[in-house]
Amino acid sequence: MNPTDCSNRIAEEAGRLLTEGTVDVVIGFEKGSLPMRSTPCFVRTPQDSGKLVWNSFCSSNLSRYLKQFPGKVGIVAKGCDTRALVELIKEKQVNRESLVVIGVPCRGMIDGAGVLERCDGKRVSDVEERDDELVITGDSFRITLARGDFLHPACRVCFTGNPVLFDVLIGEKVQEQARDCYHDVSDFESRSPGDRWAYIMSEMDRCIRCYACRNACPLCYCGECFADATRPQWVGRGATGTDTLAFHVMRSMHLAGRCVECGACRAACPTKVDIRTLNRKISSDIARLFDYRPGLRIDQPAPLSSFKPDDSEEFILER
Amino acid sequence: MDSSHDGWEPRIIAFLCNWCSYAGADLAGVGRLQYPASIRIIRVPCSGRISPFFILSAFRKGADGVLVSGCHPGDCHYISGNYSARRKFALLKGLLEHVGLEEGRVHFTWISASEGGKFADVIGRVTETVRGLGPANQLVGKQWRA
Repeated sequence: MNPTDCSNRIAEEAGRLLTEGTVDVVIGFEKGSLPMRSTPCFVRTPQDSGKLVWNSFCSSNLSRYLKQFPGKVGIVAKGCDTRALVELIKEKQVNRESLVVIGVPCRGMIDGAGVLERCDGKRVSDVEERDDELVITGDSFRITLARGDFLHPACRVCFTGNPVLFDVLIGEKVQEQARDCYHDVSDFESRSPGDRWAYIMSEMDRCIRCYACRNACPLCYCGECFADATRPQWVGRGATGTDTLAFHVMRSMHLAGRCVECGACRAACPTKVDIRTLNRKISSDIARLFDYRPGLRIDQPAPLSSFKPDDSEEFILER
Repeated sequence: MDSSHDGWEPRIIAFLCNWCSYAGADLAGVGRLQYPASIRIIRVPCSGRISPFFILSAFRKGADGVLVSGCHPGDCHYISGNYSARRKFALLKGLLEHVGLEEGRVHFTWISASEGGKFADVIGRVTETVRGLGPANQLVGKQWRA
């Protein structure tokens, strides 16, 4: 289904839900003020539902906004968003009964920053989406790019383009990629420890501690984040490499077994710090050691709140 | 040992569970077993109580190594604290080494209340490993740097 038809179907569905009074608000995307931007929008009346759009730039994870709405909510959700929903429902942060999920199969979202880079920073005025191509039009230029080359890093290894949980499905299901594709983790592991440290520290040096990663993350919903806590203050507040690394390591640990790898953190980061290297390592270990993939089933206990007596002990000294 | 670290002795923070490992340390003392004076013991109710924060905080404040020890699997005073700890620390150790922390800075072990000998032994081994690596500098906070 092309983006226009998809947008129309979403708008139609949202209008129906709002007219019937099934939901108080529909969370979806509207056209952003710049090309290659779609911004979250909250539709409360059937008349407004025409604003809703769907395209390859709907990269935010909308389940992030659910907690702001106590009543009945409709949400437009792609595969990763529904995985976050599964985790939120499992953690009793969201009530399944008060939720209407408008599922949209996703072929991966486009990283607008990557496209801009390809255009040498020239102003882009319009993007036309074709099947596997993007036609970019700007001031005195027009180029055609292969869609697959500009996907968000998280989308390249995504195995749940289709919603895992939905009430209404818009369009046809997409072909899924292979599961447990952790070659990025093993590639990184094959480098020497000194090399890995140098890379991580160079990434951390770019972090300005704005916490956009945390604020965009659907699972970072703590009332008081450890990064803001002062009694005790576990993690240093500075933007020095070690303090920053401690923050990101601890955030990964808090998200261990919960991170659905939607890549919202990386997409939100103003300096594009490679946070996913940490989260991917945890995900691959959780899959390998505990045979668990977050956000697939509501009835499966979280890996860090359960155990098996014969769990791996390979890291224990003197068994 | 690197000659540039003459006179340097490693400082290792050991988080020991109250019921097994701390009692194991006590037994080593009562039995007058010799082991390096490199460790600073912090007693915690259970290995499940130990948060990754504790470990990073120790490094941040200048520890050269960290040892975490609890009851053997199946022996936890709180039934399953060490099982939870085991999952948590498998991930933490993997992650820290993934980002390039030197292997051998952070250790996990099980020591029961009757294993005074093993306690002395483990402290000896951990101290030697950390001594071989020299002073830690990777995760030390700015204000604790020498």
